[in-house]
Amino acid sequence: MKELSLYILDVAQNSISAGATRLELTLTEDARGWLTVVIADNGCGMDPEFLSRVTDPFTTTRTTRKVGMGLALYLLAAQQTGGALYMDSAPGQGTTVTATFDRNHLDCPPLGDLAGTVALLIQGSPALSLRYRHTTPWGEAELSTEELKAVLGEEISLAEPEIFTWIQNNLSQQEAQLEGAAQSYEKPGRTQSHS
Amino acid sequence: MKSLEELRAIREKMKQQMDLRGPSEDHIRVVVGMATCGIAAGARPVLTAFLDEVEKRGLQNVTVSQTGCIGVCRLEPIVEVFVPGEEKVTYVKVKPQMVPVIVEQHLVNHSVVTDYTIGAAE
Repeated sequence: MKELSLYILDVAQNSISAGATRLELTLTEDARGWLTVVIADNGCGMDPEFLSRVTDPFTTTRTTRKVGMGLALYLLAAQQTGGALYMDSAPGQGTTVTATFDRNHLDCPPLGDLAGTVALLIQGSPALSLRYRHTTPWGEAELSTEELKAVLGEEISLAEPEIFTWIQNNLSQQEAQLEGAAQSYEKPGRTQSHS
Repeated sequence: MKSLEELRAIREKMKQQMDLRGPSEDHIRVVVGMATCGIAAGARPVLTAFLDEVEKRGLQNVTVSQTGCIGVCRLEPIVEVFVPGEEKVTYVKVKPQMVPVIVEQHLVNHSVVTDYTIGAAE
């Protein structure tokens, strides 16, 4: 996959398949270029045995075939930048997937269309309570479906195309502002590392 | 989060439209495969294009939704169109630029875009 936002969309779909009603997507960047992505849900969770082999491409819950590449690809993407993947899960306790990426690494994909990812997750599961937060030293972007539902009321679904467009535009603007702020942010000198 | 005012305006507009909607039996359903295979093949911009096009044309009788793996990963992105009373149509290797054509010809004018279907690809 060409964008981190596509990996995030893919892994977050697992949360929805796991019956989550709450999903928190948190991206935290630091001034040195490290990005931490936390995808936390209150879905059905995994038992230790399944958890131990979940990043194996031959582990899947899908019924159409025997391979499941989602987490396997995500793990690879993180490791290729020198980052790592951590998973915390227990049956009935939900799952938290944490991945770290070195955004300055040559093999780190661009963030890509985060607004599209979040907007489509909401469109696909309008009942889900989703909180998105992208925090950086130069600013923040955020969106919460609870706030949207408070405005829209019960009768208008977050799956409506008009609402999708609004969410996408709103977040795109926020992300573009972040991007702009990152350009002018005085980043501390990066220590040379040869590995 | 900004421009919640704008969202309020959308709500008012939509409430009025909802009263005008016909019975749900004639709702057309568009389903896009959004598993790993679909996403990797470019399903996200396709889904976005459908939602944008439906919104732009104000199609009240079309529901766009997402599903997991449809089962023919090599032909992703896959889009299924369900028109009540008609056979399901499966479009394969869909690109965003094909979406306005499918919306106009199939969803609006009820004429299947045969060239894009799984039958033409196989």
